[in-house]
Amino acid sequence: MINSSLKQLGAMLQTKQVSSTELTQAFLQRIDQHNPEINAYITIEAERSLAQAKAADARIAAGNAAPLTGIPIAQKDIFVANGWKTTCGSKMLDNFIGPYDATVIKLFDDAGAVNLGKTNMDEFAMGSSNETSYYGKVQNPWDRTRVPGGSSGGSAAAVAARLCAAATGTDTGGSIRQPASLCGLSGLKPTYGLVSRYGMIAFASSLDQAGPMAKSCEDMALMMNVMTGFDERDSTSLQRDKENYERELGKPLQGLRVGLPKEFFAEGLSSEVAAVVESAIAEYRKLGAEIVEISLPNTQLSIPVYYVLAPAEASSNLSRFDGVRYGHRAAEYDDLLDMYCKSRAEGFGAEVKRRILIGTYVLSAGYYDAYYLKAQQIRRLIAEDFAKAFTQCDVIMGPTAPGTAFRSGEKANDPVSMYLEDLYTIAVNLAGLPGMSIPAGFASVDGKQLPVGLQVIGNYFDEARMLNVGHAYQQVTDWHTRMPEGL
Amino acid sequence: MQWEVVIGLETHTQLQTKSKIFSGSSIAFGAEPNTQASAVDIALPGVLPVLNAEAVQCAIKFGLAVNAEIAPRSVFARKNYFYPDLPKGYQISQYELPVVGKGSLTVQVGDEEKTIRITRAHLEEDAGKSVHGASAGMSGIDLNRAGTPLLEIVTEPDMRSAAEAVAYAKKLHELVQWIGICDGNMQEGSFRCDVNVSVRPKGSDKLGTRREIKNLNSFRFMQQAIEYETRWQIETLEDGGTIQQATVLFNPDTGETRAMRSKEEANDYRYFPDPDLLPLQITVDDIAKVKAVMPELPGDMKARFEREYSLSAYDASGLTSSRGIADYFTAVVTQGAEPKMAANWVMGTVAAKLNEQDQDISASPVSPLQLAGLLKRIADNTISNKIAREVFDAMWSGEGDADSIIDKKGLKQVTDSGAIEAIIDEVLAANAAMVEEFRAGKEKAFNALVGQAMKASKGKANPAQVNEVLRRKLEA
Repeated sequence: MINSSLKQLGAMLQTKQVSSTELTQAFLQRIDQHNPEINAYITIEAERSLAQAKAADARIAAGNAAPLTGIPIAQKDIFVANGWKTTCGSKMLDNFIGPYDATVIKLFDDAGAVNLGKTNMDEFAMGSSNETSYYGKVQNPWDRTRVPGGSSGGSAAAVAARLCAAATGTDTGGSIRQPASLCGLSGLKPTYGLVSRYGMIAFASSLDQAGPMAKSCEDMALMMNVMTGFDERDSTSLQRDKENYERELGKPLQGLRVGLPKEFFAEGLSSEVAAVVESAIAEYRKLGAEIVEISLPNTQLSIPVYYVLAPAEASSNLSRFDGVRYGHRAAEYDDLLDMYCKSRAEGFGAEVKRRILIGTYVLSAGYYDAYYLKAQQIRRLIAEDFAKAFTQCDVIMGPTAPGTAFRSGEKANDPVSMYLEDLYTIAVNLAGLPGMSIPAGFASVDGKQLPVGLQVIGNYFDEARMLNVGHAYQQVTDWHTRMPEGL
Repeated sequence: MQWEVVIGLETHTQLQTKSKIFSGSSIAFGAEPNTQASAVDIALPGVLPVLNAEAVQCAIKFGLAVNAEIAPRSVFARKNYFYPDLPKGYQISQYELPVVGKGSLTVQVGDEEKTIRITRAHLEEDAGKSVHGASAGMSGIDLNRAGTPLLEIVTEPDMRSAAEAVAYAKKLHELVQWIGICDGNMQEGSFRCDVNVSVRPKGSDKLGTRREIKNLNSFRFMQQAIEYETRWQIETLEDGGTIQQATVLFNPDTGETRAMRSKEEANDYRYFPDPDLLPLQITVDDIAKVKAVMPELPGDMKARFEREYSLSAYDASGLTSSRGIADYFTAVVTQGAEPKMAANWVMGTVAAKLNEQDQDISASPVSPLQLAGLLKRIADNTISNKIAREVFDAMWSGEGDADSIIDKKGLKQVTDSGAIEAIIDEVLAANAAMVEEFRAGKEKAFNALVGQAMKASKGKANPAQVNEVLRRKLEA
């Protein structure tokens, strides 16, 4: 049951082979058993989840179930959920109980899905290893000594270890795709503006986008059907008609033009990842795809551009955590300034502080033009690179991350090498494009089989086609069905 | 040395929208603390701003009213600083690209007209309020005001005296109420001015260092503050000192200005475009829609009054000095009063009475309909102007309409020529000496006799008839 697809679970629920309550209990039991080690979840509220399961059972009995009704989904702890502790992985919000529902939470609630718990994450989504979380590191289920990636590391580990049927993540520079790659699952960052950001605690507003993390592309299509849609409470939400993301599934890939950016296969890419990606490309050739070499000449600039723009926005977005109205406040302080300084010094971790400092610096008088403005100009060039590429191909493929999962602690004190984890994913956020990672095989590292992800980048609003591109591959391969041992 | 003062104004006008600029909360004044503060206003994690279209319409209205450029694309920016009454740690404002560009406002200063250039006007949100001493040793925060929509209107340094600055501020105050974007309530902070003051040797074209007087919420204080600040700056320079750029506060008790903080220590606000809000796009069509519901502007109305009612520029200007007066006058004329007579009464008797009682025309106890009723009785000779004032006083005290007062008090003018002749015969008989003087060539005696006749009729005799009959009898 824990390996079933969302469609299979839906069918089992609706034919009463299993109730949502039983299904939820089964996952809660697995969480009880494995979460103390894996640490994928920050908050579990069995009673709340079971109450939702009971309501879902009633809805199923009444005959008005939706496809996800009764299915337990893990929610990244970046989404504010009414009555749930919502921490964003930070001590700053350790005492914060959500007083309202994020749009994403509400959409899953309305679909009848069960909120199984809030997953661990890098503090305020800043990190690529889940090691910056105040709630401790998360183990990669494929090798417990390694990181699951980040920032949506808890969601990735929960899906990989089958501690939920599927999960949500958010992706500012690769935070869905990189952990999906490192944990052997499917993850999609949609076109910017497709999923409402209301109630999703902001890191870098112009880059943040929520998306599904699941076992297969088909599962993600079902989740996209729930998550997307215009929201009047988010001014950057796009006013478009609701789409059916399953509509392309099953179409042949004959004639699909796949672009391979030469910059994605250059220095920095580990040879074992390169080998896996190349064999996946060969599989696509067999499926009828036509391979074209393309160039994204400004790829190398995406990391410096990102590390100007994202911290700039973050430094301002995180100003509201001042200890005045909610969140952590220092126990003792002399005056107002002292209260701000102590509360923020105690409430934020090192990586968050580093980014607030960078962001404050690049926005300062005298530096704004040289950093922020220049970065915005290069951001446009990066988007133009993609626009040009999409005149030559339908989708772009390449590695998601330069390597496989690294050991916990290995990069923790080397921020720059950590930042390079997102070399292939960041440009997609800067351009606002949809990007996806799907399991493409395994690389043998120190005697362990570690998953490798293939990244698929599509043009704006091309998610339905991308999901089919992944789905077709998942029809002829079984990488996505593999499960870590010992679980 | 001869000195010249140079003044520019920044005015925060609170817009009269139903809800806040980025949330659905009410903006009504005086509610219990924090009862009008939503998740967005208190900046809970995850919330996002959504621009209130009504605030944009107010900005467009203002732009049209001062003949300004309305930006087809303007950008909201974040002004970052920490303060407990600023929940997000930044204020959403407009920085490089404001919604309203260059415009102008022409004001009357004494006998002269002066055009003040408007640099820009931009939309922004207000902060909350810190309430000190709310409980022992603690400060409270009331976020009801946080997110209230403001239009900040900035002028060029075009004013050269406190009088000009006050004339501009009053005119602007009247205009924003006229077009219905601000209630103008200065006590409640709906209209507050920051005044930039500098001085320079007369004839110089270089600007001196300015000091900014913050948050003036009365025209009287503005006048006093500018006058004090100007004297202080001149004295400082004449004593060999220099002016430091600074923000100052005016203390109404001492009548002095005092530096709050010097600009050198000022915050670096780290402005950048707000990524939560798209650039504000305003189309020609949007502007046309606002134009269609714009009230007639005071300048246009003044010209129309001169043209349609043959009023003097002075009269037309006075009648359009406020929306209330203009509406009142228009209503009197619509009720059938003769325009010139209506103008005289509205600006004369009515204004004097209101002034005497320190009341606004909207509070006038005599309605336009009642005043029109009175003026009609003057026009048809039922009463004289003099009697009309007596009737007006009675109407003011709530004694009823003109007709019923005239009737009740028996004030109807005497036009019966037989009655008038009888009165004059009596006057001539009783004032033989005056009659002699007149016949000896003293024209003044004639006026005295008219006065006696009017007195004898208790003011009710038609003065024209009295004149005519008296002259006929004396010259007979």
